[in-house]
Amino acid sequence: MSQAVARPVERPAAAVEGRGPRRRGQSRLIARLLAAYTWFMIFYLAAPILVMIAFGFNDTHSRVNLRWQGFTFKWYGKLFDIPDLSQALRNSLLIALVTTIVSTVLGTMMGLAMGRYRFRGQGATDLLLFANIAAPELVLGASLLTLFITVQFQRGFVTILLAHVMFTIAYVAVTVRARLAGFDRTLEEAAQDLGADPWQTFRKVTLPLIFPGIMAGALLSFALSIDDFVITNFNSGQTQTFPIWVFGATRVGVPPQVNVMGTLIFLGGVTLAVIQALAARRRTLD
Amino acid sequence: MEQHLRADRPVVARRRRFKPAPYLLALPGVVWLAVFFVIPIVMTLSVSLQTGNVEQGFQFTWHFANYSDALRLYHVQFVRSIIYGVIVTGATFVLGYPMAYWIAFHGGRRKSFYLFLLLLPFFVSFVIRTVAWQFILSDNGILLGPLKDLHLLPSSFHVLATSLAVIGGLTYNFLPFMVLPLYVSLERIDPELVEAANDLYASRMRAFLRVVFPLSIPGVFAGVLLTFVPSAADYVNASILGGTSTTMIGNIIQTLYLTNNDYPLASALSFVLMAVLIAGVIIYARVLGTERVYEVAAG
Repeated sequence: MSQAVARPVERPAAAVEGRGPRRRGQSRLIARLLAAYTWFMIFYLAAPILVMIAFGFNDTHSRVNLRWQGFTFKWYGKLFDIPDLSQALRNSLLIALVTTIVSTVLGTMMGLAMGRYRFRGQGATDLLLFANIAAPELVLGASLLTLFITVQFQRGFVTILLAHVMFTIAYVAVTVRARLAGFDRTLEEAAQDLGADPWQTFRKVTLPLIFPGIMAGALLSFALSIDDFVITNFNSGQTQTFPIWVFGATRVGVPPQVNVMGTLIFLGGVTLAVIQALAARRRTLD
Repeated sequence: MEQHLRADRPVVARRRRFKPAPYLLALPGVVWLAVFFVIPIVMTLSVSLQTGNVEQGFQFTWHFANYSDALRLYHVQFVRSIIYGVIVTGATFVLGYPMAYWIAFHGGRRKSFYLFLLLLPFFVSFVIRTVAWQFILSDNGILLGPLKDLHLLPSSFHVLATSLAVIGGLTYNFLPFMVLPLYVSLERIDPELVEAANDLYASRMRAFLRVVFPLSIPGVFAGVLLTFVPSAADYVNASILGGTSTTMIGNIIQTLYLTNNDYPLASALSFVLMAVLIAGVIIYARVLGTERVYEVAAG
């Protein structure tokens, strides 16, 4: 893929006879305009993030964090001063962690079944995964609430967990299956010819090959779970997660602690992503 | 010959025997999705035909009037959501295509870096990003405040609580969902095809319209799907950035479920929404094949 694009797009001038130099200048101008536009759009995409980070350093004296009043680090010290918010963040982290573990195990198994075998009902399973990813969150959340109401199941921490696993499994399954595309099964046969039992074959041959897919799926589930608002909103009962708390706070003013927590989550996520990208690059270089 | 047979036999034998492995592997996930995804949707359909209230309970009475009530009472919000969805999809396409094009054809070795910058918003909670826009667009905030001080805008001018704010917020939040699939399809195009078009004296515009754009159509399809469905069904942007005149169907469904406890009407509405959106999705999937939608969607 990348070699194809590494080649210059412009044609050698000689071949275009006469029209060459003008066209090349024009093409360079268009490329430059597009580059400026792309950077502008990247700035636009980053603008709310910059605002969030900056106003975590705002020396405001009340909860209302609207005007710039000078630079301070104090909110980093007072990070856990709002008990409900701290509890919401703890809930979010715990739910995301448990969701990631359950979804990664179930999703990887599904991904293996889909990518590694042919079986009856595969088409239906494929449709199930696709519908689950394509259905709007609102519908997923509202229908699940209907289920919990009908069977009179108390909404809270457990229902949030059940919901989060439900909407993250498919992402893991699809990621793992994509990793298995073009998987060379003779490698497994070779291991078995050399006397490995099925479990050894899986651990020593299959697992290392699909591991990047599993990691990507796990990170995706964690990110989706910790950020989810809509499905959680329908199924959380009295339990609050970080996004739910922030949404509730929009009416009375979002305190600077939210900016600080957002900033820390942002930095943590970016760091993890960079580490993963570097690890992936090292693997390909090896 | 003998060797050929020996090599063949195990394969044939393996094919005939029933293999439980894939079923056992898929089972837990399929059961989870059946219980918490498929059954709830069937239940929503059932509840949408019930009558009653929270105090006295609900009975299944084939009450189709829930559907006509839902459409009669809320067709304005329904149509508004579809219109917002269409505008947002169009806006993300127009804003996103040039970006995806430049990164795919001129990104060079730094392509993944640009993609990373494009994905930065995903590291911040959806709700916080929307709250940040509420802050940026507030009546005397960092954007409108200075413009009003310079008398470039009348002091009564406001963006929040208008359609512009909601559409703008939705466009911001779903832009990456449009750009990514566009990028994936554009990146696969061999630049030599463009060169060939130029060799044949196609103008730049013609080369783009006849070669590049048709080849990027799968990305356009996937991008439209990934933007239209969630933006038409969103209620977070309308809640935070909008006002009473920008209420979307998502807000109505949320209120009916969580505040009014009018489950039959809420179920009827969310079932209509789902039917409209999923019908669209299935038509798309039929046209493209789910494999390709995945492929493009997953990058």
